Amino acid sequence: MNNSLVELNNCGVFRNQKWLVRGVSLKVSQGEIVTLIGPNGSGKSTTAKMSLDILKPDEGTNTIKKDIRISYVPQKISIDWSLPLRSIDFVNLVTKHKTSEINDALGITGIQHLINEDVRNLSGGEFQRLLMARAIAKEPHFLVLDEPVQGVDYSGEIALYKTIQEIVKKINCGILLISHNLHVVMSQTDYVICLNGHVCCSGIPSSVIKDQEYIKLFGSNIDPTLSLYKHNHDHHHLPDGSIKEADKNK
Amino acid sequence: MFDDFIIRAFVAGIGLALITGPLGCFIIWRRLSYFGDTIAHSALLGVVIAYAMNFNLIIAVFAVSCFIALSLLFLQKRTNLPDDALLGLLAHSVLAIGLVLLGIVSFIRIDLMGLLFGDILSVNITDVLFVWVGGSIVLIVLILIWRPLFAATVNLELAKAEGLNADLANAIFTILIASVIAISIKIVGILLITGLLIIPAAASRNLSSTPIQMALISSVIGLVSVVLGLQTSMIWNSPTGPTILAITLGVFILSLIPLKKLLISKKKIELSN
Repeated sequence: MNNSLVELNNCGVFRNQKWLVRGVSLKVSQGEIVTLIGPNGSGKSTTAKMSLDILKPDEGTNTIKKDIRISYVPQKISIDWSLPLRSIDFVNLVTKHKTSEINDALGITGIQHLINEDVRNLSGGEFQRLLMARAIAKEPHFLVLDEPVQGVDYSGEIALYKTIQEIVKKINCGILLISHNLHVVMSQTDYVICLNGHVCCSGIPSSVIKDQEYIKLFGSNIDPTLSLYKHNHDHHHLPDGSIKEADKNK
Repeated sequence: MFDDFIIRAFVAGIGLALITGPLGCFIIWRRLSYFGDTIAHSALLGVVIAYAMNFNLIIAVFAVSCFIALSLLFLQKRTNLPDDALLGLLAHSVLAIGLVLLGIVSFIRIDLMGLLFGDILSVNITDVLFVWVGGSIVLIVLILIWRPLFAATVNLELAKAEGLNADLANAIFTILIASVIAISIKIVGILLITGLLIIPAAASRNLSSTPIQMALISSVIGLVSVVLGLQTSMIWNSPTGPTILAITLGVFILSLIPLKKLLISKKKIELSN
């Protein structure tokens, strides 16, 4: 299986008398970003879980390369109120890291100042950044990101996707990314798989976006009023929200 | 030294408090308090079997507890019923079976009060040994499985995805609970065990900011409650198990006082003066 980290071969999951997803084949190799898109209930998370071997496929085979480090950013995670847990403890959850490594990882996602903060005091977006930081602190070979930017503000979303791309370059890992918005992730993606209970279409982003199946699911053009407005900030924000240029002492 | 029943009581009680601390934290974190109750209720069946077959009480209770825990895992997979319904089903049916057996095997005379509320003053050397040897094993195993168990407590799928053996850690943890309940039957009794597991951990929650801190403080609170409870029960001649539990409740109420806030606001007042 040469340089591929994870391979699904015609996989399907059957639960409660129906197929959640069926006939999915995909391959993630080192240094590659594969994006799964599709409407709600189309089997994106299920597919991701098969690639992590949390769910065993009821048909087909899932193959994961042996002895690789895997990081997972799940779609939803809720911390029980009874758990006293700081950001630093959360980063150390599966693998213990040096404080300097933790600082670096939190710095990359822009929440270094929250290292000793109780996880329950974090906002939704901050928690999402923490999940990312934890995932990259491990320097994984294979990284699964299930809607990693939900709840992150718009400029943060773009920045986080850029971060993801930088991580791939830096640690040369393979990424399986789940997103509901292809336009935002397009420029970072090597390969796209469009799911709706089965694989509708797949290929490089520029070809998928022209595919009839894709257009049926997502429409040919985004409503002009909703299309992405590109603007350049004339300033930068620091993690705590203050403006970098306004306060040069920082 | 161990000839004195008071000393035996202290040694057994302190040993138990040290184990129930960290284990109780996991019971709270994983919302398993009703599971503890179920295991404890079913312990009666173990006691009856032990008496009827003239077998070691702690081992019999441990065996029955493990059986109930495994039955729960089985039922969870085979039925669509929610966990609390399954636990209720097991707790009360097994308790009933225990009572039926107790009636049938008429030659057994069990001190039912002692069984329900424990009798720490009657523990013998073997019991003390069970607490300390068994307890040490439980603690060592808990430390060994801490990382996968804790990760699975925070998020099961994440732990599994990243290669931790979460299912094994969960199964071992269930056995640990069964063993602690078996060990503590004689000391605090069926009805009060869950309290000794949960209340110190609950009090500790208000005083700690990391998981390990919470586990350690919980043990200290349990230890203090056992010592104070034993002494109080001797002075007032009150039943020992319930007295210990009453003290843990007292510590819990004290833990609700927001000390940090009070200190900070005092400092502020001093500063503004």
